[in-house]
Amino acid sequence: MTASAWLIASLVVPLVGAGVIALCGRLPRLRDAITMLTAVLLFLCVAALVPSVLAGARPAWHFVQALPGLPVAFAIEPLGMLFALVASGLWILNSLYSIGYMKANQEANQTRFYVCFALALMATIGIAYAANVFTLFLFYELLTLVTYPLVTHHGTEEARRGGRWYLALLIGTSTVLLLPALIFTWSAAGTTDFVAGGILQGKVTGAALGGLLALYMFGIGKAALMPFHRWLPAAMVAPTPVSALLHAVAVVKAGVFTVVKVIVYIFGPGYLAASTTVDWLVGVAGFTMLAASVAALRMDNLKRRLAYSTVSQLSYVVFAAALLVPLSLVGAAIHIAAHALGKITLFFAAGAIYTAAHKTEVSQLDGIGRRMPWTMGAFAIGSLSMIGLPPAAGFISKWYMLSGAVAESRWAIVAVLAASTLLAAGYLLPIVYRAFFRTAPAAGDGHGHGEAPLPMVLALSATAAGTVLLFFLPELPLRLARLMLEGG
Amino acid sequence: MTFAQHLPALQVVVPLVTAPLTVLLRDRRAAYGLLLLAAWASFAIAIALWQQASAAGVVSYAIGSWAPPWGIEYRVDRLSAMVLVLVSGMAAVVLPATRASIEAELPREQHYLFYTMFALCLAGLLGITITGDAFNIFVFLEISSLSTYVLIAMGRERRALVAAYQYLIMGTIGATFIVIGIGLLYLQTGTLNLVDMGHRLRDIGGHRPVLAALAFLTVGLSLKLALFPLHQWLPNAYAYAPSVVAAFLAATATKVAVYALLRFYFSVFGESAVFNRLPMQEVMLMLALGGMFIASAVACFQDNLKRLFAYSSVSQIGYIVLGISFDSVTGLTASIIHLFNHAFAKGAIFLLLGGVAATLGGVTLDRVRGMGRRMPLTAFGITVGGLSLIGIPGTAGFVTKWYLVLAALQKGQWWLAFLIVLSSLIAVVYVWRFVEAAYFRAPAGGGEVREAPWSMLVPAWVLIGAVLYFGLDTSFTVGQGSLAAAALLRASP
Repeated sequence: MTASAWLIASLVVPLVGAGVIALCGRLPRLRDAITMLTAVLLFLCVAALVPSVLAGARPAWHFVQALPGLPVAFAIEPLGMLFALVASGLWILNSLYSIGYMKANQEANQTRFYVCFALALMATIGIAYAANVFTLFLFYELLTLVTYPLVTHHGTEEARRGGRWYLALLIGTSTVLLLPALIFTWSAAGTTDFVAGGILQGKVTGAALGGLLALYMFGIGKAALMPFHRWLPAAMVAPTPVSALLHAVAVVKAGVFTVVKVIVYIFGPGYLAASTTVDWLVGVAGFTMLAASVAALRMDNLKRRLAYSTVSQLSYVVFAAALLVPLSLVGAAIHIAAHALGKITLFFAAGAIYTAAHKTEVSQLDGIGRRMPWTMGAFAIGSLSMIGLPPAAGFISKWYMLSGAVAESRWAIVAVLAASTLLAAGYLLPIVYRAFFRTAPAAGDGHGHGEAPLPMVLALSATAAGTVLLFFLPELPLRLARLMLEGG
Repeated sequence: MTFAQHLPALQVVVPLVTAPLTVLLRDRRAAYGLLLLAAWASFAIAIALWQQASAAGVVSYAIGSWAPPWGIEYRVDRLSAMVLVLVSGMAAVVLPATRASIEAELPREQHYLFYTMFALCLAGLLGITITGDAFNIFVFLEISSLSTYVLIAMGRERRALVAAYQYLIMGTIGATFIVIGIGLLYLQTGTLNLVDMGHRLRDIGGHRPVLAALAFLTVGLSLKLALFPLHQWLPNAYAYAPSVVAAFLAATATKVAVYALLRFYFSVFGESAVFNRLPMQEVMLMLALGGMFIASAVACFQDNLKRLFAYSSVSQIGYIVLGISFDSVTGLTASIIHLFNHAFAKGAIFLLLGGVAATLGGVTLDRVRGMGRRMPLTAFGITVGGLSLIGIPGTAGFVTKWYLVLAALQKGQWWLAFLIVLSSLIAVVYVWRFVEAAYFRAPAGGGEVREAPWSMLVPAWVLIGAVLYFGLDTSFTVGQGSLAAAALLRASP
């Protein structure tokens, strides 16, 4: 098969998978098997594209001419390749985990859940492969809509409220800010294609350029820059597999991925640095980083604490991209992969605790590490990655960001990164400490529990192992990130 | 002359003759069959005319071989061909749903009369679109309006009578304004042929009677197209008319009035100097914005879904008028494609609501609780239609929004671009009131699955298919729409 055939296949596989899953609704075992099969097939299709992208090829596919001069088209560049690889690879583990989680918690509407999940993955791949902002926007909105039923899965009043926040902020920002930015880009540049070095040189200048950047940065609500971050904690009412893959990996990474792509391929870092100031963006991202960490410190609900941690970690990527130097841009790209692995591990652990022990609050976790050693061990590794300590993948991305800042002698930025590291340690390590070094309350809920069901433990061990593995073997993401900057 | 050359006449004659024939038949099944045949024939004729018009630019037909401007001319250009396709196509799609709908809503002995009125209404709407004669526009407008009053009054509830009466009064005032406007133009130019009138007005310039004619026509047509704040008749008319009538009217009647407005503005007044003497652009802009925001906001507070979507229609008409007020090719393109995009979405929604009314016995938010489970296809169809009203990418509504914002940016009006996208957020609110009621509330009665009748579901999903198709492939709507817009504006300096 040629590269573009694999490209088409990786969009079609989840779509067809969703259809088949819907048809198998009455046969739960078959349905679960097909979910797994779809995930594996998708990953194989995506992985098959890696060699040609590494060799410098840019597989492309022109789907349909939506508006005159504006096709729905796909072209895979290195960053999109990396994102697609991360999302599809983690979907396999997440499906394994979901099957255990949904069964153990006897969730309703499981067929709808798996269908929407497959569609969400299709939308994510569409975002990763998009050849222009227009196509990206199309899949970006699709991702919001198909994840809405997942966020509101429980159908309760709380879920409905969470869903309202989710839609209001995501649709609101994308419609009011991102769409005008997109149309303005098109009317000024005559194209919305992602081109190495940007497409706006000489076409948008001065204040308009800064304004356009602001529209993009705040319009990409999925990147959760403050003050448009509230949807992410609200989305935590979803079942944990949704929070794990979508609200730690696919949806939020789609946001920061779009941020990096827009900066690298629409504005062009060189042009941006030469013609306008982006210090405000560094400031907003730095503020979000610290403020969200402080908020995380105060959350007792485990999933909400992790959500604020995600808000903070997403801003690392925006922050690094806004520094506009090659080293930090590499850091931004790698952080997309590193944070994905670490955060999905943390959410998997949170879901495992909920399934096995029915505990949702941090203050209830005393001594739980002794009953669930695998789960909490994985949690500890994930925490190290969040803080940015070796031997976890988060260290690599943070290293590149810091190198970028030091090379430019921007000490304020080094200080912000250091402070944020301390804060991350402050909101994650106490959980690990509680779990392993405090004794469990004697009476209370007397029933003994052990680990969560096997598929869940397997999944979270695998992602934790991946986090460590990425520290020792960061070759592939690094090569992809460098290729992105060479603009091949 | 060959058969193909007589198509412009047949376009109107076929449905017009069907009307008395249905009365003579006096049998509901035969009347239905005949009308269905006539509607599909009209659709075929419209497509043939559209092809002729795209090949030749303009197809002119002299009624009774009296050459224009003395005789009555039927004139098909790109724009009128598109509207003909829209109107006859909507009739062809909606009609199969009528049987199930009026079976439930009308006494049997009235059925054939319903089809008579439907045929007259169709003939009137097609006539307004195809004629090139100002007085003819008025005549056909009256034919379509009078039949519409009857159709609305046929609604099941007694409130339908009040709604029809309300529309009768407002519609008659509108028609009076229109005929005064046409009369003034006739006095000034001595001709009723629209093209001829346009040429003569250029020489006359913009003195007072011409300005008065423009004002009368604007007010009269705005009443018919339900431009805010002249929309008062519309919500009740749509809410209490038989469901299929609401679907057909929502998709066609206001659209044809918009067409007439475009015709007068750009083909008749376009070449004269009146627009320079009156702040028409600003007035239209303000009224459009009023509709977009106020009518949408009112929609958010409706509990009856038919009224909710009727107010949404008023706000969507605001988008169409906004596009006209830009007076640019991009803006007009937006207006013309929204004629289609809105017709598909609203036609589908009202058809599905008809199915809901027939199955659940009402269309209040309270009645549709838990509908997502009981009528999954119906509920999902309304949701997709709603997404198009919001303008979510991938639906037809997005294409309109794109062109409206683009038109605003081309004029350098950033604030207007933001207002357009902001107003679409209000649509999220009212659409989501339906979504939350349908998917999050427990069903009122039993939980058994009972879809709307297939005869309503299939036409509605054909329209939903169109909403999705024209959201991704716009070569017909945008391609033809921009050509029509360019042709309209080329007439003006």
